[in-house]
Amino acid sequence: MSWAFLRDLLSGVNKYSTGIGRIWVAVVFMFRLLVYVAAAENIWKHEHDEFECNIKQPGCENVCFDHFFPVSHIRLWALQLIMVSTPSLLVVFHVAYRENREKHHNQKLYRNPGKIDGGLLYTYLISLILKTGLEIVFLVLFYKLYNGFKIPHLVKCDIKPCPSTVDCYISKPTEKMIFLYFLVATSCLCIVLNLSELSYLIFKYSIKCYLKRHMKKQQ
Amino acid sequence: MDWGALHTILGGVNKHSTSIGKIWLTVLFIFRIMILVVAAERVWGDEQDDFVCNTLQPGCRNVCYDHFFPISHIRLWALQLIFVSTPALLVAMHVAYRRHEKKRQFRKGDQKCEFKDIEEIRKQRFRIEGSLWWTYTSSIFFRIVFEAVFMYAFYFMYDGFRMPRLMKCNAWPCPNTVDCFVSRPTEKTVFTIFMIAVSSICILLNVAELCYLLTKFFLRRSKKAGNSKQQPNHENKEETKQNEMNELISDSCQNTVIGFSS
Repeated sequence: MSWAFLRDLLSGVNKYSTGIGRIWVAVVFMFRLLVYVAAAENIWKHEHDEFECNIKQPGCENVCFDHFFPVSHIRLWALQLIMVSTPSLLVVFHVAYRENREKHHNQKLYRNPGKIDGGLLYTYLISLILKTGLEIVFLVLFYKLYNGFKIPHLVKCDIKPCPSTVDCYISKPTEKMIFLYFLVATSCLCIVLNLSELSYLIFKYSIKCYLKRHMKKQQ
Repeated sequence: MDWGALHTILGGVNKHSTSIGKIWLTVLFIFRIMILVVAAERVWGDEQDDFVCNTLQPGCRNVCYDHFFPISHIRLWALQLIFVSTPALLVAMHVAYRRHEKKRQFRKGDQKCEFKDIEEIRKQRFRIEGSLWWTYTSSIFFRIVFEAVFMYAFYFMYDGFRMPRLMKCNAWPCPNTVDCFVSRPTEKTVFTIFMIAVSSICILLNVAELCYLLTKFFLRRSKKAGNSKQQPNHENKEETKQNEMNELISDSCQNTVIGFSS
């Protein structure tokens, strides 16, 4: 019970997505989930043990680490992955509701329960907006919490019980920074994919609507 | 045997749940079990190793850690998730019992049995009525009770939901009042608040599901009472059938109209 669950969830969502939606699933799976599990997790694994301060005062390291890393990058990354995958469940629920209704009435009520039309279109659009919103929220959170996307080699700390301003050294700052930039780049790519899918769907269905009205007027 | 096994067991119950029950199950798996396994366990992973006390006295650190964390947050959450998932097993057992009875009837060659083969019985989805309603409702009630008990236990044991940075300890063999520092207190507070928030959402979902089931029950009862006071049964059945047909036709018309307009 771990990331395999998310992977199964995303594969389930894939069935009811548009072409761009499937590219989004592939990007999330290959460039975010896989990179997280295979590489990023190990970089941040011993961040606390390897955080060293130039002092022997017990408790100073703990307090300084807590001050500079209120929530670890890797936890924020994991939360972002989970939150960003969840809105797609709305679509799955809606399709399940449609299929349930058909079964209940023992009649074919929809041309195809999985096709994006009618109420399902609105659910899909809402899920896209939520996904994009959550991505932006997490990027802003990262930026605000860590004053940008840079990770310094050295931080100065003077919180009690540290007796004076103490130098503290972060482990693997360059590697962490590279992966952080990678995270930001893939998030931006996903935002772009979501926005293009949103515009594509709105454009497609407005054209359809306009053509139908035009045909009705002609008749 | 891990959380995956729980997923297998509860997945079977999902088929017979209400819509709110299915949402509850999704919230449980994604926002509680997954977060616990993927994130929270790492945050609490080094809690004892990085619990540092300002003393060299051997044993003092161990004693102070034990005093302030009688049972770790992670273990409490794991217990809470197990207890909260267990009432669903009552429903699973009841459904299995009903299936067993139906299979027995089928094998006897009972003419009342409407199934064509064993496979249909296995795949059948039971409606929540009769004794199954009572089992289902009591399972939701127990879920709410367990959630509330664990949330209170949390609050009581840790004096609120905040993790302090510094704790003062003077348990023996510490020579005097000693400063002890917890590792990652802010991150732990954030995750504690997150888990408490999701527990509250789950309690609300359970309460909503309970209200929904009770409302349905009383509506059904009043309908039955209303029907028995009116005309004889066979005339009523014709009317209700006609009403259902009308509903179906109007529903399907509406859907085709919506389908075409979009």
